[in-house]
Amino acid sequence: MQGQIKEKAIALLRSGAADRVLGWKLGEFFYDLTPAVFRTPEEVERDFVFSVFSGPNLSKYLIEESKKEGRVAAFLKPCDSYSFVQLQKEHRIARENVYAVGVACDGMCDMKSIRAHGVKGVLSARQEGDRLLLETLYGPAEMAKRDALPERCLHCKSKKVVDFDEMMGENGTECPDCGRFDEVERLEALSAQERFDFWRGHFSRCIRCNACRNVCPACSCVKCVFDNPDSGVAQKAAASDFEENNFHIIRAYHVAGRCTDCGECSRVCPESIPLHLLNRKFIKDMNELYGAYQAGADFASRPPIMDFRQDDAEPSVIYARGGDRA
Amino acid sequence: MKKLLKTNLDTLFQAIASRQTLYIPVEDAGKQAAFIPYAPGLVMSGALNTARSAKDLFFPQVESLVNFRMDGKHIEIVSAEAEAKPFVLFGVRACDARSFDILDRVFYDAEPQDTFYAHRRDLGTVVTLACGAPEETCFCTAFDIDPAEPAGDVSVWESGDFYLFRANTEKGEALLRDLPLEDASDGAADAAKDAIRKITDLLPLKDLDLTPFGAGKTQTFFDDPAWASLSESCVGCGTCTFVCPTCQCFDIRDFDGGKEIRRYRCWDSCMYSDFTQMSAGQPRPTQKERFRQRFMHKLVYYPDMHEGLFSCVGCGRCLQKCPIHMNIVKVIRTLGEETK
Amino acid sequence: MQVNEAFTPTIVAFCCNWCSYAGADLSGNNRLSYPANVKIIRIPCSCRLNPMFVLRAFQRGADGVILCGCHPGDCHYSTGNYYARRRMTLLFSMLDYLGIERERTRVEWVSAAEGAKFAQTMNEFVETVTALGENRRLEDFRCKVR
Repeated sequence: MQGQIKEKAIALLRSGAADRVLGWKLGEFFYDLTPAVFRTPEEVERDFVFSVFSGPNLSKYLIEESKKEGRVAAFLKPCDSYSFVQLQKEHRIARENVYAVGVACDGMCDMKSIRAHGVKGVLSARQEGDRLLLETLYGPAEMAKRDALPERCLHCKSKKVVDFDEMMGENGTECPDCGRFDEVERLEALSAQERFDFWRGHFSRCIRCNACRNVCPACSCVKCVFDNPDSGVAQKAAASDFEENNFHIIRAYHVAGRCTDCGECSRVCPESIPLHLLNRKFIKDMNELYGAYQAGADFASRPPIMDFRQDDAEPSVIYARGGDRA
Repeated sequence: MKKLLKTNLDTLFQAIASRQTLYIPVEDAGKQAAFIPYAPGLVMSGALNTARSAKDLFFPQVESLVNFRMDGKHIEIVSAEAEAKPFVLFGVRACDARSFDILDRVFYDAEPQDTFYAHRRDLGTVVTLACGAPEETCFCTAFDIDPAEPAGDVSVWESGDFYLFRANTEKGEALLRDLPLEDASDGAADAAKDAIRKITDLLPLKDLDLTPFGAGKTQTFFDDPAWASLSESCVGCGTCTFVCPTCQCFDIRDFDGGKEIRRYRCWDSCMYSDFTQMSAGQPRPTQKERFRQRFMHKLVYYPDMHEGLFSCVGCGRCLQKCPIHMNIVKVIRTLGEETK
Repeated sequence: MQVNEAFTPTIVAFCCNWCSYAGADLSGNNRLSYPANVKIIRIPCSCRLNPMFVLRAFQRGADGVILCGCHPGDCHYSTGNYYARRRMTLLFSMLDYLGIERERTRVEWVSAAEGAKFAQTMNEFVETVTALGENRRLEDFRCKVR
């Protein structure tokens, strides 16, 4: 796949179909690929890498890239393509300036998962079938590729690239049985006290680095309320428990109905806070109350939070839920 | 030198904790290590390093400075400095131990002294732990830090079934004095040190070349065109600055709680759009300038002011945590390459 | 649950200018009583209620927050309360998910003619929140007065 994609990138630049290419750039190690814009075939030849570590979602970069002169070609994995469509729906991306190349994806490995598996000092990785063969400072190691996947790939909602000008590899399909709401359901069944303790345990580690917000393709406000010094909320300090709760509730709420569940927030959190569980709660609620909806899946549907029906459920439905009352 | 059977570590922790607050690295709910006050039942994490650096214990992310209590037209000014007690910080690695020197030059040795920081430094005893198993992201040796000889008040090595202790300062000696430790020979840790150096020789970043950087290099690098491409994909979050053991910038803010106004300081990040924002505007209007500020500070400005000492310790946290994998190593390689 | 007799909760009631605020007026005119610890904040329409207002109210000392608007179908701006209904349902559900007592938040539709309903709703809500006790899980210690 790496070879084909590189060839494609070079061909697009040579033919003039694209003036720039958005992809992943070789890093210091085999895994630390950085999103980058390539302007010449030579740059692509030297630095472009597509591998099972090309995890970062490129769609958010298209907001700025598509505003520039000329055309940018972007390689989009299924997750990236949902964000791509959603951003188009919000008129944030100028589609005519983008040449989208869909890339089939079978799950992107993550060093967090590999390290969590107890493997230290990894120097190289090679995929062989469903196994990852690793060279480390402490000798060779081996693990199932599945064990190297982050949560978002283990519960992948769709392997389908939803919008592309050209597809590389065979396009996949949606995965309705991915079980991505299982953990949300487990939490819902707990008592209020248990849920409170669970979230306090996680939020209390928040360092307000804002990585979850800044990396999120749905968080595209020019000026965020949390960056407004007059908003009365601490921008960069978890100054009290309330500030932590407030930030995480509002962050998740503001992307409700627009969050495509790409999982970037949880991927980047330096404190491993399961942020996707907040987004998925909103998605699950909206699906149950207002009908199934997947942000970024199409261009026509209305996001549930920008829509209504006269016979919508009353807010009191939540009083009738399971779990204890307080 | 003193020694302790590894199986007796908990007894040692209990002995220290009975006298002072003891912070040890413990696995938290996010399955990463964090410094947490010891309590019976807590086990020391085997992780190489904590997710957040050890600077938190001396320079916390949020700290109250002073409160203003309002009662009609009367304003009462109340000191909010938390009462600090002597504490022991156990399990600090060599990189973080060096970071205290770097912070000391800014907060402790400089005039005026930061009394909040200095108070905690005076009260804290740092027990370092030599790195048994460095990660591929480690590059402390590039800054002449020897992970086999960590600084701190007490240094600890793992050797076979034992932990070996050596006091480096009076504070360290005072700590070890009444602890249940046995005597050991002076060279007992040599084998452990050799083993560590064997591994550090294999580290992929050990040859990182810092010679192009340092004091007086502002003109060389400030207008380098590479800053544009290096910073191109930076998302502008504060992860690198907040996990960094040497980042020291802070902001002072007021919170109006209605009856009481709290003045507190909190870490700031040069990656943020409002960093050093003034009424006249923002001197660093785009991410390129903010990004440049961070690395110029570490590699040029700080050495300029502190006898060539870099304000990076090679702990590798930013390498592991950056959302888009841009980091100081890539900056050093890219800019250093150009000067050759 | 133990009821703390001495505890008087602070309730913030966001009321739509066109229906519920007039409903509150009417209940006053009719000399119906509801507890004085209900602080009414008038908003132009129930859909003006930014979720951050609800959180801010809790931060600043509210023990319960209630939104009152026109009955669905009767919105002065035709559809505002329909949007508010979805927004508050999702917000309250999220607060519940985070372990914050779900009875602290409520939405009630009160028309300008329903002074009695306004007073009754407030009495009930105050009673519920009194039983729950002080808001601890969504408080901000910096806003608590010693």
